[in-house]
Amino acid sequence: MRSFASAPLLGLWFAFLALPFAGWRGALWTGLACAALVAAARTLGRVLRAEPVARRLAMAQEAIGESWEFMLRGTRDWRVAALVLLGLVAFPWVLDRYKTDVLVVAGIYVMLSLGLNVVVGFAGLLDLGYVAFYAVGAYSYALLSTWYGLSFWPGLLGGAALAAVFGILLGIPVLRLRGDYLAIVTLGFGEIIRIVLNNWDDVTRGPNGILGIGRPHLGDFRFSQPMHFFYLVLALCLITMFIVGRLNRSRIGRAWAAMREDESAAECMGVNLVHAKLLAFAFGASWAGLGGVVFAAKQTFVSPESFAFFESVIILCMVVLGGMGSVPGVVLGALILVALPEALRELTLFRPMILGGAMVLMMVMRPRGFLRERGLRLAEGALPPGVPREEGR
Amino acid sequence: MLELEDVHFYYGRIHALQGVSLKVPAGRVVCLIGSNGAGKSTTLMAVSGVHAIARGAVRFEGRPIHGLPPDQIVRLGISQVPEGRRIFPLLTVLENLEMGAYLRRDAGEVERDLDQVYSLFPVLHERRRQRGGTLSGGEQQMLAIGRALMARPRLLLLDEPSLGLAPMLVEAIFGALGRIREQGTGIFLVEQNAHVALGFADWVYVMETGRIVMDGPPEELRRSPAVREAYLGE
Repeated sequence: MRSFASAPLLGLWFAFLALPFAGWRGALWTGLACAALVAAARTLGRVLRAEPVARRLAMAQEAIGESWEFMLRGTRDWRVAALVLLGLVAFPWVLDRYKTDVLVVAGIYVMLSLGLNVVVGFAGLLDLGYVAFYAVGAYSYALLSTWYGLSFWPGLLGGAALAAVFGILLGIPVLRLRGDYLAIVTLGFGEIIRIVLNNWDDVTRGPNGILGIGRPHLGDFRFSQPMHFFYLVLALCLITMFIVGRLNRSRIGRAWAAMREDESAAECMGVNLVHAKLLAFAFGASWAGLGGVVFAAKQTFVSPESFAFFESVIILCMVVLGGMGSVPGVVLGALILVALPEALRELTLFRPMILGGAMVLMMVMRPRGFLRERGLRLAEGALPPGVPREEGR
Repeated sequence: MLELEDVHFYYGRIHALQGVSLKVPAGRVVCLIGSNGAGKSTTLMAVSGVHAIARGAVRFEGRPIHGLPPDQIVRLGISQVPEGRRIFPLLTVLENLEMGAYLRRDAGEVERDLDQVYSLFPVLHERRRQRGGTLSGGEQQMLAIGRALMARPRLLLLDEPSLGLAPMLVEAIFGALGRIREQGTGIFLVEQNAHVALGFADWVYVMETGRIVMDGPPEELRRSPAVREAYLGE
């Protein structure tokens, strides 16, 4: 019963907080509402934790994870993989233009979150300014296209390369930082890029943005319909998934995993921390650059608005929600976080609330994301007391 | 094989190493004892390249290695078992061991060394699919030593391998270290547990506030009244 005692106290506290701007009556209602909410939440928590319900919830969670993993295992069979691919290819013929367009956006986010997953999930470097590299990619193609008429394909490479350069530029000063400090500096970096884009009128045309960015060509064929972009993004996503997945199992992937777990120990193993960190930043950034170029080419218009801090947060949420370090998990996370707001479009007013609530619920129920990184599952949850956990994880 | 000559190191304004000179001959076990904060671990970190020394020289097989980054020093054949074990808690035992061979490209030989480590510490083979963090303290120490051996070092640096372990486990660890020595690997050991150190080493250095104050073979130090009083508690 002890936990219920705090409900009136919390109500009183919120009433006190509300007093200056809500008046006596408002404060009273706020207090009552808060107390009721807390009591309700506590009751709910108790019910959820009660043996039979908790067991069923855990089973449901497992079922979601298992079924997704079952599908993934299936895709290793070439026949299933072909079928899945066929299904994906058929999407734009079944869906209308609008939904296809949403899928294109989702695909761009899949690329972005897979790129961020390299930095955050593999290498364990918390980056809150990831959207900056997306902006670098988008603006570099926007400028090269409008000034020099550069076409899309070289622009794709150029945008990725330039973003990688920016990744290294960010990486060098933060080599010695980790955890919270790194997060703060990367956050600042993201804002710097956005503010520069917003204020450097001569080059970026400031908040007005850049219009008339060239669309991709393939010979005489011009990409113009959402369907065309769907195939482009689908191909890029598959390439990204393949490369990022391979990377995780490579030598550098192992170095990143070691660095994520314990930097000093990784150093003792002969991991060159400078190289490993810069590679993670550069690699993650180049994928954001790629996504940025596609975004610019699809919209034919870019403005600083598209690269706000909140974008970084959303991309990070996709990584965390899906399961840090797991490629299929991150893909799932990105798809959910794009699809959910779309599904809730009718409920405009409640959308942020439902979204926030869903994420809180998710983190409470499955704190390591939908799909945990493979290989970490065997001895899951078996850390005995007294085992030193490294910070930053 | 390893030689430190008048090594100085500062933590900010604190003069942590005040002219440390010592030698570890090839294939021998040399132990550095001293109380907390004497600079033992700092000396090790000066060897492994984690700390850049202010003055003096560190030479490995005649070649100066101070100023080299840690990964280069591992490449030369010096690997370290860091203080507090520092295994990778979320990686499996096998993955931890594989990480030890990170710099090596000779997959076949790595496989052989893996078998060697398993025969040295059979419990690691039993637990090879378990996460490192789930091992007991003694097993983690074995893992840390095994991981360092996977680099196939010619010199093994150990920082307080007996720390926080029950006497029986300490015995097991030092038994394994004895077998490592028999294979010709040099061992440079930092230890607070002087009883164990004196029983195991070929040569012992005693360190106090950043200086080497005494050295000699263990039998000789055991006779010294100062050592008996300060380190053996007699």
